[in-house]
Amino acid sequence: MAVCIAVIAKENYPLYIRSTPSENELKFHYMVHTSLDVVDEKISAMGKALVDQRELYLGLLYPTEDYKVYGYVTNSKVKFVMVVDSSNTALRDNEIRSMFRKLHNSYTDVMCNPFYNPGDRIQSRAFDNMVTSMMIQVC
Amino acid sequence: MEGLTLSDAEQKYYSDLFSYCDIESTKKVVVNGRVLELFRAAQLPNDVVLQIMELCGATRLGYFGRSQFYIALKLVAVAQSGFPLRVESINTVKDLPLPRFVASKNEQEPRPAASYSSDSENQGSYSGGVIPPPPGRGQVKKGSVSHDAVQPRPSADQQEPASPVVSPQQSPPTSPHTWRKHNRHPSGGNGERPLAGPGPFWSPFADSQSGSAAGDAVWAGHSPPPPQENWVSFADTPPTSTLLSMHPASVQDQTTVRTVASATTANEIRRQSSSYDDPWKITDEQRQYYVNQFKTIQPDLNGFIPGSAAKEFFTKSKLPILELSHIWELSDFDKDGALTLDEFCAAFHLVVARKNGYDLPEKLPESLMPKLIDLEDSADVGDQPGEVGYSGSPAEAPPSKSPSMPSLNQTWPELNQSSEDTAIVHPVPIRMTPSKIHMQEMELKRTGSDLTNPTSPLLVKPPDLSEENKINSSVKFPSGNTVADGYSSSDSFTSDPEQIGSSVTRQRSHSGTSPDNTAPPPPPPRPQPSHSRSSSLDMNRTFAVTTGQQQAGVVAHPPAVPPRPQPSQAPGPSVHRPVDADGLITHTSTSPQQIPEQPNFADFSQFEVFAASNVTEEQDGDAEKHPEVLLVEKASDPASSLRVAKTDSKIEDKTAASAPANMSKGTTPLAPPPKPVRRRLKSEDELRPDVDEHTQKTGVLAAVLASQPSIPRSVGKDKKAIQASIRRNKETNTVLARLNSELQQQLKDVLEERISLEVQLEQLRPFSHL
Repeated sequence: MAVCIAVIAKENYPLYIRSTPSENELKFHYMVHTSLDVVDEKISAMGKALVDQRELYLGLLYPTEDYKVYGYVTNSKVKFVMVVDSSNTALRDNEIRSMFRKLHNSYTDVMCNPFYNPGDRIQSRAFDNMVTSMMIQVC
Repeated sequence: MEGLTLSDAEQKYYSDLFSYCDIESTKKVVVNGRVLELFRAAQLPNDVVLQIMELCGATRLGYFGRSQFYIALKLVAVAQSGFPLRVESINTVKDLPLPRFVASKNEQEPRPAASYSSDSENQGSYSGGVIPPPPGRGQVKKGSVSHDAVQPRPSADQQEPASPVVSPQQSPPTSPHTWRKHNRHPSGGNGERPLAGPGPFWSPFADSQSGSAAGDAVWAGHSPPPPQENWVSFADTPPTSTLLSMHPASVQDQTTVRTVASATTANEIRRQSSSYDDPWKITDEQRQYYVNQFKTIQPDLNGFIPGSAAKEFFTKSKLPILELSHIWELSDFDKDGALTLDEFCAAFHLVVARKNGYDLPEKLPESLMPKLIDLEDSADVGDQPGEVGYSGSPAEAPPSKSPSMPSLNQTWPELNQSSEDTAIVHPVPIRMTPSKIHMQEMELKRTGSDLTNPTSPLLVKPPDLSEENKINSSVKFPSGNTVADGYSSSDSFTSDPEQIGSSVTRQRSHSGTSPDNTAPPPPPPRPQPSHSRSSSLDMNRTFAVTTGQQQAGVVAHPPAVPPRPQPSQAPGPSVHRPVDADGLITHTSTSPQQIPEQPNFADFSQFEVFAASNVTEEQDGDAEKHPEVLLVEKASDPASSLRVAKTDSKIEDKTAASAPANMSKGTTPLAPPPKPVRRRLKSEDELRPDVDEHTQKTGVLAAVLASQPSIPRSVGKDKKAIQASIRRNKETNTVLARLNSELQQQLKDVLEERISLEVQLEQLRPFSHL
């Protein structure tokens, strides 16, 4: 159950960022921003290998005392960053992966929409709904 | 202001009117403009209206609160009944009829007679139905509730372009909600009255074309800005009326047509929504219009409109991009970035509805859901084999989120059959589940008729099949296959796997003539010539060779057999030597049948007989080599007759190694299938040079058969020949070994591809339910 989900474009500006409103959203924004460095680090680490071989799921980027940050990058260098509550220990890696996969699929749907210009903010309702479902999942 | 007591009917009526005026859904204050219009509709003199307003306190307050509104209505009734306007009269006048608001203009918009024939409820329900489920704004099509619309009106849209045009721009009298309420509680005459009231209520709006500006303004406040109205506001432009009239015919101007269409379709929508149950249903006229529009973009009704074309088309409607984006999301059912006819109609319908003020639904209404496409009809059937492969490829490919499309049903069974026919039971991952079908359909769309998708697991299957077939049938091929034979045999592979058997037999028939004992067995039948692997095998080339040539060509092609040393005694080595073209392994001699045929060896046509006959010879040791060689041969260029020859010779070499005297046999002893081939080849080889020595050969062959281990080869001068042949065989050996390894590698790659595709499929499948 994510507390914050962000979609970052290739140029490292956010296309979509949403967090549970109860928390201080700025904090999450900052966490996402700092996680971008970690993402870039991980990407460049395997950069020598073929892009194809690089796995999309980056795994745990870095943990804080309250939260864990997971990353996922697509082949087009669009990054998904997810912040989850550390107290939610039941959340396994597989689940995180599946959440990222869902994100990826929804993102693809958004991309398929001819009225969506890549680089715009994501305003698709379907995407919103999907993210909402992920964020209010019962842990 | 005294308290106001209202009867039930009055209460209802007033609240409805209030809701109507309450455009901003404040539930507290009604818009003055609306109220004024209402009062005007009451056909009261202006001073009376002013008086009423003053009395009810609106002028004092400056706005119409609910109570003021009610009081005003009551006063209207009072005034209409002829009573003097007094504040007291609101309560004192008994049995006051409900205020009547007369519509000066009757028609609102054309309505089909049927829907409005008698049922005011229809009308009410129509208005209710007209309003899409989320009546976010109290905007309802004005025209929907024209009281006068009760009378069936001929589809006079074209005669009155203005009215239908205007109607969308004016909010309906009340929210659909209230209208429905009205209809549900038709309390006798009162029930009629409320309807009657609001009915004529609205007609004034109809003629207030100029008022439409106000309506527009009001509406615009809630709906897309004026630019949209340009699209729909036919009233503004006289030409639009002409356009409307020529609606059926006008096609040149896309936008014009669209405006015209929108008007008519808007009318149709309203008309249609009168069915109450389904405000989103598309009428036939609308559908026809949509289809025509579809054709202008995509002539093939079964084809797709690409996203970019659709974007341009719908952008002309001047809806905001966000809304168009949402419409697209709703209507692109299978999320493939292209619109089928059904999807296009749904999208168009939504656009029209939106233009006319309907809120977009959150989910696609059922009536707009695209029908599942029947693949049989579409030309995409061919794509299906390639589709499954793609399902995995775009990891982003939206999994089949939408309901299954039966589109791929047909293709799946076909594949099943083909695979079954070959009697090779592969665990073909063919599923008839909707998700699979959907994905297949998606792939169909995505990949177009790309039957040659090499990544398709379906495609992978045939290679697997073919591999097996190859192996099974390969044995048959090597027998005396010349290059031509190789081609011919490869032909069999090109055909459906089920024909492999027959083709193999065909090949066998002339395999005997092939001097190339080791004619590379044609590679497994690869259905997709574009397959990277298959191309490397050059089987495409081989396939190009006509089968017809097999018979004659085979005979003609066999490379000249090097002079065979007197192999008679040592059928093995000598036989091997002449492996080239005539590399027929004559040491089929083991088979008695071949022996008698040996005299006929020279006549290649006899090889067919040989082909049938061989098989008796078997040398286990060579059994394994044969398949290898066969495989290698299959993969190799059919032109590599030399290789074939070498193979043969190699095989023969091997046999020689195992049983020097059993060259001829050596080839055959391999797996039974190759045996015949081998034998044929060998027999050819042996027969050729041993035409004169066939007797010896037979003897040798027999001896070979009997005692494979050692057969005294030719002595003396034969030694050199033998050594030469040994060398040649070794060369052939290495070449074939190389071929073998290459083929093995290719096989592994293909299998890996297949596995990866299957994994991808697995990954995607779960998301079909997301």
